[in-house]
Amino acid sequence: MVVFRFHQYQVVGRALPSATDEHPKIYRMKLWATNEVRAKSKFWYFLRKLKKVKKSNGQVLAINEIFERKPTKIKNYGIWLRYQSRTGYHNMYKEYRDTTLNGAVEQMYNEMASRHRVRYHCIQIIKTATIPSKLCKRESTKQFHDSKIKFPLVFKKVRPPSRKLKTTYKASRPNLFM
Amino acid sequence: MPFKRYVEIGRVALVNYGKEYGRLVVIVDVIDQNRALVDAPDMVRGQMNFKRLSLTDIKIDIPRVPKKKTLISAMEAADVKNKWENSSWGRKLIVQKRRASLNDFDRFKVMLAKIKRGGAIRQELAKLKKENAA
Repeated sequence: MVVFRFHQYQVVGRALPSATDEHPKIYRMKLWATNEVRAKSKFWYFLRKLKKVKKSNGQVLAINEIFERKPTKIKNYGIWLRYQSRTGYHNMYKEYRDTTLNGAVEQMYNEMASRHRVRYHCIQIIKTATIPSKLCKRESTKQFHDSKIKFPLVFKKVRPPSRKLKTTYKASRPNLFM
Repeated sequence: MPFKRYVEIGRVALVNYGKEYGRLVVIVDVIDQNRALVDAPDMVRGQMNFKRLSLTDIKIDIPRVPKKKTLISAMEAADVKNKWENSSWGRKLIVQKRRASLNDFDRFKVMLAKIKRGGAIRQELAKLKKENAA
């Protein structure tokens, strides 16, 4: 529906076969990146930290984008992340309510930037999962687990229906009540 | 003044910004404080920000995330289309759309009709003034 800034990719790669190792182990990783090139780069970054292989002596076997299976179903996403603050590394667990995982990840990056001033390159996503409603930990997501949810929209700002009709001054004070 | 129009499952809303401008949609579920899952009989179910929706007085009775068929039958049962078109808001929108789609000949006909109506009103007013003066 909307254009996502972050796409989820599955990258599969291995070290190049050599004389000592005819069939090196193949590793698969799911990551988030803005495009495929960055996804491959991130793959090597993580793989370097885990195994003794670099991009120069390895090969990417496949890279596929993973799309949301049910983008019309609302889900609670839990995201485990590791981020670098000004004083050190910290782990965090955050919950988001969204229809797609890409949307939840985008929400996470925006929230980390606003609440903790952490930029994109300082965040590593450890794990993501769809959480069933009973196991959600955060009150801000649990408050929407109500099948008879009902609330009024308190402050209704009237907007012109397109940016072209926007004016700086208005003839009369707009009515903000619903 | 208490609130009368609530965001709830089954509330009919009008889209007032964006690509779907002018469409009547039903709030099918609430994602979080700013977004709702909306659905209409002729569109794919999607999420929308509350800033893009104007809530109406119409509410239909549906379970939390209904199938398309259930939604359509519930909308027929509640007769959303007729209620909307007979409401003052709905009628105003229809008139606006009609006026925007007039061609020059139609505008000429409107001008003649307005002059005729003005003449009839002035005649009645003159009669009443004469009665009053007498």
